[in-house]
Amino acid sequence: MSTLARKKGVGAVIWDYLTTVDHKKIAILYLIAGGFFFLIGGLEALFIRIQLAKPNNDFLVGGLYNQVLTMHGTTMIFLAAMPLVFAMMNAVVPIQIGARDVAFPFLNALGFWLFFFGGVFLNLSWFLGGAPDAGWTSYASLSLESPGHGIDFYVLGLQISGFGTLMGGINFLVTIINMRAPGMTYMRMPMFTWATFVTSALILFAFPPLTVGLIFMMMDRLFGGNFYNPAGGGNTIIWEHLFWIFGHPEVYILVLPAFGIFSEIFATFSKKRLFGYSSMVFATVLIGFLGFMVWAHHMFTVGMGPIANAIFAVATMAIAVPTGIKIFNWLFTMWGGNIRFTTPMLYAVAFIPSFVMGGVTGVMNAAAAADYQYHDSYFVVAHFHYVIVGGVVFALLAGAHYWWPKMFGKMLNETLGKITFWLFFIGFHLTFFIQHFLGLMGMPRRVFTYLPGQGLETGNLISTVGAFFMAAATIVLLVNVVITTAKGQKAEADAWGDGRTLEWAVASPPPEYNFAQTPLVRGLDALWIEKMEGKKGLTPAEPLGDIHMPNPSILPFIISLGLFIAAFGFMYHNEYSWGLFVGIGGLLITLGSMFLRSVIDDHGFHIHKEEVLEAEKGVKA
Amino acid sequence: MANQTNTGNPNVDLAYRRKKNAEEMKHQVISFILMIALTLVAFFAVGYDEFSHWFSVPFILLLAVVQVAFQLYYFMHMSHKGHELPALFLYGGVLVAFLTVWAFMTVVWW
Amino acid sequence: MHVEEKLTAETFPASPEKATLEGKNKFLGFWLFLGGETVLFASLFATYLALRDKTAGGPSAEELFKMPLVFVATMLLLTSSLTSVYAIYHMKNFDFKKMQLWFGITVLLGAGFLGLEIFEFNEYVREGHVFTKSAFASSFYTLVGTHGAHVAFGLLWILTLMIRNAKRGLDLYNAPKFYVASLYWHFIDVVWVFIFTVVYLMGMVG
Repeated sequence: MSTLARKKGVGAVIWDYLTTVDHKKIAILYLIAGGFFFLIGGLEALFIRIQLAKPNNDFLVGGLYNQVLTMHGTTMIFLAAMPLVFAMMNAVVPIQIGARDVAFPFLNALGFWLFFFGGVFLNLSWFLGGAPDAGWTSYASLSLESPGHGIDFYVLGLQISGFGTLMGGINFLVTIINMRAPGMTYMRMPMFTWATFVTSALILFAFPPLTVGLIFMMMDRLFGGNFYNPAGGGNTIIWEHLFWIFGHPEVYILVLPAFGIFSEIFATFSKKRLFGYSSMVFATVLIGFLGFMVWAHHMFTVGMGPIANAIFAVATMAIAVPTGIKIFNWLFTMWGGNIRFTTPMLYAVAFIPSFVMGGVTGVMNAAAAADYQYHDSYFVVAHFHYVIVGGVVFALLAGAHYWWPKMFGKMLNETLGKITFWLFFIGFHLTFFIQHFLGLMGMPRRVFTYLPGQGLETGNLISTVGAFFMAAATIVLLVNVVITTAKGQKAEADAWGDGRTLEWAVASPPPEYNFAQTPLVRGLDALWIEKMEGKKGLTPAEPLGDIHMPNPSILPFIISLGLFIAAFGFMYHNEYSWGLFVGIGGLLITLGSMFLRSVIDDHGFHIHKEEVLEAEKGVKA
Repeated sequence: MANQTNTGNPNVDLAYRRKKNAEEMKHQVISFILMIALTLVAFFAVGYDEFSHWFSVPFILLLAVVQVAFQLYYFMHMSHKGHELPALFLYGGVLVAFLTVWAFMTVVWW
Repeated sequence: MHVEEKLTAETFPASPEKATLEGKNKFLGFWLFLGGETVLFASLFATYLALRDKTAGGPSAEELFKMPLVFVATMLLLTSSLTSVYAIYHMKNFDFKKMQLWFGITVLLGAGFLGLEIFEFNEYVREGHVFTKSAFASSFYTLVGTHGAHVAFGLLWILTLMIRNAKRGLDLYNAPKFYVASLYWHFIDVVWVFIFTVVYLMGMVG
């Protein structure tokens, strides 16, 4: 398999993707799956906004509304945002550090399939008795009482997906630590790689508490446990602590890669190196570190007392400092630069005021006393959508445009891209800006309707209009993707012309082995340095030789399938006698596949020097 | 530690390495004996009724931490070169672990 | 250094587990995993500490735990940690047979520990201390049971390695695997030190 065009049947392509361990293909899988779930989450959002467009509406009410609401949040965070972040990380980071793949390619594939099956399992709830309905935070008192299996779908689906994410985190940490090209010290890594590094550390430490919380929830709901059940001596607060000890770092897991993406984009399209690189690195690490100290700011009104509240309030406000450093550094990067307003740059420039608005309402929420008013109102909804959409979603759209040529070999259409941007930007502010005021006027969260005559009608209507703008933007984006795939403009290695980092030195899309010869990195913005010295390409750090590559495998798919089957068994074991049998059977499939993986030797294969030379010649055209 | 000082004579190198490994193994056995001792002391402190639990609980926790340090630094070789990053991440985990335990012991209540 | 190359005592590197890139990656990746496991067990410990007085009328820690049994279990597991160190010592000396022997002893000691624990849980169930009885019971069985599950998995892991590699001896492909399995085995002893201290000893002190 090389970049030389090869006629392959559909079946062969499907098998290729089912068994791939190549980080570039896995990135595409994450992009497609994440994109698909983003559309589902977006539809759920649209339904919510349609229902809330006018008071006493009956489009989507009661328990069903609660399900749509819960699935909107859960899908967007776990099945859309995180996978899309992983798509970017997979597509870019190994190449940015001059490596041929991640440290554990098999585990990389396994991580994807676990996420995929977890997401499918969760969404099957729609067809099997109802989706979870206790909010994306699924607080213990409510979720323990929830009838039907909705919450069980939540617990088991997220548990399976979570394993995948944890593997991804460890994989990227080892890759970045052990596999950087010669000359790439830590302080010469691109900012997106730094962001991935810190994010992966956050994943490593934040997902275990979620794992434990979900295990307890599963025990209580399916096996008679007493962790959260007061009647048995349990305590509902334990869920809240475990969830938010995970949940707060989770939002930094989402936003730090977004910051990394924007750092790349600001530098590239200002044709100027990132201002204050060391302080950017320091700020990223500090945000990651502080991110673990603030979780109880989600629990100010729960009764922890003034001392605990004060500690968490101050810690939360402290995070604004390194974040502010980043904002200023991005602005100073642009200042004096040669700015090109490409689609990615538009998102980047729009991100600055949008995210800052979300950040300042964050500081408002951080004041524990004030939060007693904001908590559970639309003010909070406005805040987090400003940081998540204004931060993460803008970054994902920007990153998709920026790295599309690298992933697919074609440039997305700029005109359509700009239309998407403007529709989305306008829609986003229309929807969420007014929600600050709806919240301040007293509209609570998670309500399926409101009464007329309270001053909430106009705001909600405007908010709904904005949602349709965002929907239109999404449709234009889809059209863009289809048109580009059919007859888009072919991309060069340095697709945007001003690439500064290593990924722009390899073909678009790169050959299977990324680099014919591992490059020698001579400083920050490694490619830019070579360009400024008039070199055509990178300086190699090794002679041309046979390249060792990992073998594809169907086992990651089967391991994940086993857990998917087991989840059904355990979920239904109290009602059906086959439950336990299927559950254990599924686990055996998983363990059996793991056993096969362990005992069957897998030494990979070699791409011979001659094939590499052939491929490189084709590329140089 | 255990770096090959290349004398060019593989037999000499091998003998050197064997000696180094044996020395290290001796340290491991001493660590083990100390760990058994720490365990015995802990059991004794709890069994002995004269000690108030205000003393014995912090005491046995301290003994546990010391014993774990032996496991990490000797049995798991965390004292060797090349373990800087493993140590960093393990301590990172310890930090989050500590925060979690602290939270559950202070702000979980009925 | 090709990974399946037949080596001798002289050519076998000083740190065989880190002599290849794959070995270095496995080594680092596993330590990172242990960092994550630390947080996992900490969450279980934290919950146990919060819930340990909530016995809902069932038997309490003081009534249930028996010092001698816990002491013997601790000695078994601690000794098995030492025997796994011996095994790796022999691995570094390129002595495959002795390494296998000491890993075998490790497995036997670990199996002894597990057997004792199963016996212990059986006794508790007989005394009315069941998972569904109370928050204390649920958190006890989840914490100690998760540790036990880790022990069981570790035993299967080491056994699989021993059997799979019995015919081919040591090389740079399996050296990292043995090393990482022994790191895992040490870690579950680390967790046990905290379990016998926090659950059993603190339980008996009151």
